[in-house]
Amino acid sequence: MAYNFKEAMNKPERLTGGHRMCAGCGAPLAARGVLRALKEEDQAVIANATGCLEVSTFTYPYTAWKDSFIHSAFENAAATISGTEAAYKVLKRKGKIKENYKFITFGGDGGTYDIGFQSLSGAMERGHDMVYVCYDNGAYMNTGIQRSSATPKYAETATSPIGTEVLGKQQFRKDLSQVMVAHEIPYVAQTTFIGNFKDLHEKAEKALYTEGPAFMNVLAPCPRGWRYETADLMEICKLAVETCYWPMFEVVNGEWKLSYRPKKKLPIDAFLKPQGRFRHLFNPGNEDMLQEIQADIDKKWNQLLKRCGEEIE
Amino acid sequence: MAIRDRLSGNEAIAIAMKQINPDVLAAFPITPSTEIPQYVSQYVADGEVDTELILVESEHSAMSACIGSQAAGARTMTATSSCGLALMWETLYIASSIRLPITLALVNRALTGPININADHADSMGARDAGWIQIYSENNQEAYDNFIQAVRIGEDKEVQLPTMVCQDGFITSHAVENIELIEDEEVKAFVGEYIPVASLLNAKEPIAIGPYDSPHYYIEHKRQQAEGMNKAKEVILKVAEEFEKVTGRKYGLFEAYQLEDAEAAIVIINSTAGTAKAAIDKMRKEGKKVGLLKIRVFRPFPHEEICDALSHLKAIAVMDRSEGFSSIGGPLFAEVRSALYEAENRPMLINYIYGLGGRDVTTTHIEEVYNQLFSMINKNQTGQVYRYLGVRE
Repeated sequence: MAYNFKEAMNKPERLTGGHRMCAGCGAPLAARGVLRALKEEDQAVIANATGCLEVSTFTYPYTAWKDSFIHSAFENAAATISGTEAAYKVLKRKGKIKENYKFITFGGDGGTYDIGFQSLSGAMERGHDMVYVCYDNGAYMNTGIQRSSATPKYAETATSPIGTEVLGKQQFRKDLSQVMVAHEIPYVAQTTFIGNFKDLHEKAEKALYTEGPAFMNVLAPCPRGWRYETADLMEICKLAVETCYWPMFEVVNGEWKLSYRPKKKLPIDAFLKPQGRFRHLFNPGNEDMLQEIQADIDKKWNQLLKRCGEEIE
Repeated sequence: MAIRDRLSGNEAIAIAMKQINPDVLAAFPITPSTEIPQYVSQYVADGEVDTELILVESEHSAMSACIGSQAAGARTMTATSSCGLALMWETLYIASSIRLPITLALVNRALTGPININADHADSMGARDAGWIQIYSENNQEAYDNFIQAVRIGEDKEVQLPTMVCQDGFITSHAVENIELIEDEEVKAFVGEYIPVASLLNAKEPIAIGPYDSPHYYIEHKRQQAEGMNKAKEVILKVAEEFEKVTGRKYGLFEAYQLEDAEAAIVIINSTAGTAKAAIDKMRKEGKKVGLLKIRVFRPFPHEEICDALSHLKAIAVMDRSEGFSSIGGPLFAEVRSALYEAENRPMLINYIYGLGGRDVTTTHIEEVYNQLFSMINKNQTGQVYRYLGVRE
């Protein structure tokens, strides 16, 4: 069904308001955006890794989730939902459950790229019919902005501070989407919040209604960690895509497909400059650091274009 | 009609699982419990059970999957040992706090450091505060009987707690002994159908599990959990009574062997109780008043009943097959000594750490313990409280 912004937005919210996430945070947008792609008649069980989203949406005795929800620990959301999915299979087979259920996991980059990576990899390999959604804000935000393997190079965090000798994180980020593609699961997508949320919606729909495991990596900026004005969330996402820092693509049964190609790729400065975590890169004498980041982005963008069968720049 | 067979402890648990036919089994192999999920995998491959297998990539994920499954209203089981249980640590607490009656077959094995694959109780003793019911088994028969009863105990509405059924690695898990099995239909009737109090998969009433719990609520939730454990004692006895009606086999919170008129006794867990019974039979023939208290239920710990059963003795040795590094004795010693605090006349009490990492314990060792107890009685002096049995110093 063709995407209709008005229709999608008029659906009853399955993650309701009144939760305690910060203004200008991408995580609840990711969750609501994915849940909007559920058919209204379909039931869902949502698992959540420990993180901002979990502690801010389900603080006893209140929950903002309309669907059944389970939080167990930080590193085991994928394993947890795999148990629920297996239970569903057997109980459905025995005729104890009539309804159709979908199984969705939300985890931040800490719970997904790092501490929960083994659990995620195992669940994907076992082929559970589930969607794992990573809301990637590029650091351990819930514990107060420490570096993760998703933190971009030279970003300032509480454990990769700006010092007199060392400036920010010293490593490039892990390309988790590619790692998930290597699991040869039926569906992998990378997206963020662009325009009328069409890309997120359509990918979520595909992820949910593709049989077997699906993985979505959603760039979900954090105003506290990235140091941008809360109102600028959408602009930051747009710049991430237009600079090719965060290309949008999908991999369907191993076929790579670019979702969006900027008419004119913007220099990486455009994405980095509005964010306080990169402010040191714009000090005189640090130009080589910016060049290094740009070179890495160019290299990876060309790799992606090649994979997607697009003309290389 | 009871079925007579010869089975190892692992086979006995696997047969119990087949007869119970759980909805989900999530497991990761670890010596010496590996055979259990292997047997169940074969039952699945042969269509003998309806169980959904989740062959996870670690024990942490095994218990996590068990949590997700049991919370979805499915009767769920797992099996593990040693480091496997240690890797589950965090999730053991989560399972019990969500009040999920998962049943775990634990084949006791030493914890690594250094690596060792043989029997001791470091694994389950380390998990003693995790909020799980712990039931111990002397032999394959008890492992089988306890496992079937465990399902009923944990699922009882008053309890709703996970249960681990423990047996000694290799000594029980791999040694083949005679066993009396219950007919399939009788097992199914005994455990009944699992009807969860709440489920993630109840579309009429979606639920949320695992909240952030502020200081305003956390302690009340822990108190409720403790109440479930308090109630478990009664339920364990009720289930044992029903089990006796089906099988004629009697179970309590512990087993007292030649204890009533004994002067010297040992308190022990799992397979070495069998060795001790042989030593007792021999010494009784020599006219020595020796007895045994074998712990069956360690969590909840039956303090009052144990105090009553032991307070008439002159001297007691509490046998710990794990170190607690408290520098005053092992975990069982701490519990028994605490239980005896309420006794009017407290017996002399010593602790032996024995059999770590599968070190053999023979009847000669047990006789030596009793002889030490008699020497204490004769001298009316306890002497050293915290001792090691058969260690090369």
